[in-house]
Amino acid sequence: MPTQSARPRFLQLLQIRQPITAIVSITHRISGVLLFLALPFAVAALHLSLRSEGDFLRVQAWLAAWPVRLIGVLLLWAILHHFLAGIRFLLLDLDIGLSLKAARASAWAVLVAVGLLFVLLLIGALA
Amino acid sequence: MTFRAQGLRAWLLQRLSAAYLALFTILAVGWLLFGEPVDYAAWRQLLGTPWISVLMALFFMALFFHAWVGIRDVLMDYVPHLKLRLFLLIAVAVLLLALAIWSALTLVSVYRP
Repeated sequence: MPTQSARPRFLQLLQIRQPITAIVSITHRISGVLLFLALPFAVAALHLSLRSEGDFLRVQAWLAAWPVRLIGVLLLWAILHHFLAGIRFLLLDLDIGLSLKAARASAWAVLVAVGLLFVLLLIGALA
Repeated sequence: MTFRAQGLRAWLLQRLSAAYLALFTILAVGWLLFGEPVDYAAWRQLLGTPWISVLMALFFMALFFHAWVGIRDVLMDYVPHLKLRLFLLIAVAVLLLALAIWSALTLVSVYRP
C-alpha cells in the first residue's frame, strides 16, 4: 500500500525523456482508448446503415461531413498505430526481438511505418 | 481457478482476440481499398451472406472482449481510487455488454425482410 517516503519525487511528465519503447507503449494505450470511445458510434452507424435506405444515406452523409472526417483521420491514426504496435507486442510476447537493440529498432520501425501509411492513406483519400 | 490462472487466461485471450482482429482488419481494409462502392441493397446483401455474418459475429466478440481487457488494464493502472475504479469498470462492462447485444441484433436484423 502507498506509504509516504522521503524519496524525491520527479513526475514532470513533459521533462522526463521517455525511451522510444515507452512512447510506443503509451501511444498503444492512447490509441486503444480512442478506438474504445469510437465503438458506440461505430455500432450505431452499422445499425442505421442496415435499417432502411434513408438511414443508409443519412449515415453516408454523416461520414462525409467535415467534423466527422476529422475524427475519422484521428481514428485512422489510432487504428494504424494500434495495429502495428500490437503486432510488435505480439512478437515480443513470442520472445521475438526482445533484445534492447531489436526492441528499440522495432519501436522506431512501428512509428515510421505508421507515419508513412498515414500520409499515404490520407493522400489516397484526398486524391 | 486461481487468481493467477485468471490473469493468464485474460492475457492469452487478449492476444488471441488481437490476432483475429488483425486478420479481420486486413480483410476489411482490403475490401475498403479495392472493393466496389456499395449502395444500400448491395450492403444489405453483403451483410446477409451467412459466412460474412459469422466472420462479423466473431469480430464483434473478439472486439468487445479485447476492449474489455484493454480498458480494464488501463483503469487498474491509472485509477487508484478504489470506488471510482469500480464504478468505471462497471460502467465499461455495461456499455460493452449493451454494444454486444446491439451488434448481435443488428447482424441478425439483416435476415428479416
